[in-house]
Amino acid sequence: MSTALEHPTYNYKVVRQFAIMTVVWGIVGMLLGVILAAQLVWPQLNLDLPWTSFGRLRPLHTNAVIFAFGGSALFATSYYVVQRTCQTRLFADKLAAFTFWGWQAVILSAVVTLPLGYTTTKEYAELEWPINILIAVVWVSYAIVFLGTIKLRRTSHIYVANWFFAAFILTVAVLHIVNNLSIPVTAFYSTSIYAGTIDAMVQWWYGHNAVGFFLTAGFLGMMYYFVPKQAERPVYSYRLSIVHFWALIMVYMWAGPHHLHYTALPDWAQSLGMIMSIILLAPSWGGMINGMMTLSGAWHKLRTDPTLRFLVVALSFYGMSTFEGPMMAVKTVNALSHYTDWTIGHVHAGALGWVAMITIGSMYHLIPRLFGRTEMHSVGLIAVHFWLATIGTVLYIASMWVNGILQGLMWRAINPDGTLMYTFIEAVEASGPGYIVRLVGGLFWVVGMLIMAYNVFMTVKRSEAARQPIPQTA
Amino acid sequence: MNNLWDDSLSGFWSAWIIVITLGSLVFAFWLLYANRKTDKTPDAEGNVETTGHAADGIEEYDNPLPRWWLQLYIGTIVFSLGYLLLYPGLGNFAGLLGWTQEGQWEEEVARAEERFTPIFAQYQEVPIPELAQDDEAMQVAERIYQNNCAVCHGANAEGGYGFPNLTDDDWLYGGEPEQIVTSLEQGRNGLMPSWQQLGAENIENVTQFVLSLSGLEHDAERAEQGASTYASVCTACHGPEGTGNQGLGAPNLTNDTWLYQAPGQSVADSIRQTLRNGRNGHMPAQEAYIGEERVHLVAAYVYSLSQED
Repeated sequence: MSTALEHPTYNYKVVRQFAIMTVVWGIVGMLLGVILAAQLVWPQLNLDLPWTSFGRLRPLHTNAVIFAFGGSALFATSYYVVQRTCQTRLFADKLAAFTFWGWQAVILSAVVTLPLGYTTTKEYAELEWPINILIAVVWVSYAIVFLGTIKLRRTSHIYVANWFFAAFILTVAVLHIVNNLSIPVTAFYSTSIYAGTIDAMVQWWYGHNAVGFFLTAGFLGMMYYFVPKQAERPVYSYRLSIVHFWALIMVYMWAGPHHLHYTALPDWAQSLGMIMSIILLAPSWGGMINGMMTLSGAWHKLRTDPTLRFLVVALSFYGMSTFEGPMMAVKTVNALSHYTDWTIGHVHAGALGWVAMITIGSMYHLIPRLFGRTEMHSVGLIAVHFWLATIGTVLYIASMWVNGILQGLMWRAINPDGTLMYTFIEAVEASGPGYIVRLVGGLFWVVGMLIMAYNVFMTVKRSEAARQPIPQTA
Repeated sequence: MNNLWDDSLSGFWSAWIIVITLGSLVFAFWLLYANRKTDKTPDAEGNVETTGHAADGIEEYDNPLPRWWLQLYIGTIVFSLGYLLLYPGLGNFAGLLGWTQEGQWEEEVARAEERFTPIFAQYQEVPIPELAQDDEAMQVAERIYQNNCAVCHGANAEGGYGFPNLTDDDWLYGGEPEQIVTSLEQGRNGLMPSWQQLGAENIENVTQFVLSLSGLEHDAERAEQGASTYASVCTACHGPEGTGNQGLGAPNLTNDTWLYQAPGQSVADSIRQTLRNGRNGHMPAQEAYIGEERVHLVAAYVYSLSQED
């Protein structure tokens, strides 16, 4: 890396590292998703090998997209934003470097252990205890670097993006540690300290807050910097940001039980999970409104700026999926939607539509600036990527809606004599066309990511060629 | 209504849940109330002045909360309070409707029983061999079969590794109507003990003898030696001729039908494995799940499968 790229004040090196790995892990994670989608159409693609079977690759896919792709994006943007909005260099450069290498080590451990079949069986927390300890150490280091930087700030106010990043970092530390408390039995096997229903409840308290804090609060932090920055407009409402921040972090904590409707979980806990999920609608939409309204007076920019388009469409999908979520948390809706592909569609409305699109929009703003440029190599390719991603997401969500409702209705359909109208396998067969459409949607995404990788590569290459110090002010 | 306070939680935890739930709702409401309006007036574009501080060049307007959003938020809080009044949620308070998920399930089952039992009851008095000829009844029975039995015995009822074929004439526990009903109602547990202690040599000999019983290719000399071992340890269940015993569920060894022949496995290997490790067959009892009336129908369906048309 050229020393000419070093910013006089800020630590951009760690930001660059995380930004590049965001693109790399995005491709890996989404490619795994496409392989899994293909296995659901043609099961023989599991090659009849244990390491490539659906059950082992699926957690690798989720870990790769959430923690490797999403995680790297959050590290990159939070380190960038906290420096620029606090006007100070990152606290503890070496610790920041450790968070990069430590986090990559966590991901590589996942790449090795998950296909080998080592798993705690907790969804989104499959990694075994030695890796969990490493995650905890890296995460606490992250908190020290981030909060230390805020403490050193040269501004009077802490900008709203940093509230969201801080809430995400602190809460994820608590969630990760509490949910993974376990008794090690061997080097790669442990048992949870919780039993039965309590274990399930702790798991989904973790699981839904992983959505709420990792995939929502963190990415709202990203949104609060990159949307106004790219639109060159003031944030719509400071007041709204205060209200929806506190409401969001308070209410999300309660929503986990909606994953356990109509189970052994006591009725009272299910009810609380449901009502808090409904109350969550407005706080979630607060973020969407604040982002969307920030564009008022700048809507014309969407015509020429595909990066801004990514950010705005991400907000639309965020609004859509945070409406869908509370609706699916209602018990009567959940009785139909639970255990069907609808849930998978809902998750991907958030994961592709919101998380990935806001990330990609942010990266297209961030990466040229990290490498001493003002624009990506090709704005046209950003536009191509935008359409691939948007169409891919729509194909994915729509096919899973159809499949989910189809499955839910087929499972509950009965004949006049009270017998079930369809066997389970008939519902699987009926889902086939939807699986193909979903696969096509996933392929759109992977192609888009490959185009992004090319665009990033060319941007970096040109910047290396130029090797000029960057005229940038602190 | 006399069970408004279920006592599944201790008083402390119940109170704790009530306090933090209502406390959170009050906090959410206060947050809105405290920020419901600003004292600033909007400019020509409709935006009020900024907060006055900028972060990396980003300024922030201090626009009021959108009215419709505020109403949406308050609406969800009011809905939730109503829900908590009617349904269980606040600790041990059971809610005014007295709703429980078990109660809902029991009600639904009772409604279904009331509606569907007469349909099955009409077949209850029809003898199984006669019922097996009734196409309409068999249509109903097949649906019950497909949803409850096909997972093991297969959609075509031809069974699989460890799961008996129901379409042939080989019966472990008998193919008479009463015997099928017993298998369905009470389930079956088949146990073939492990004969590891006989030693590899004897196991091989018995294997060759069992192959000879079905007239399959075998080593005659070993089979002859195996015969005496068979007579001393196997006869008790499988009978001197190897024809089995339906009272015990001991399979007939003379008809070249092999329940535990894994896909791709030779018959000889499957016999060796059985002798070495033993087998456990389990047919779960169905009466508690589907009830006497449906058992009667499924029994007729299974009976019909092995009858020549």
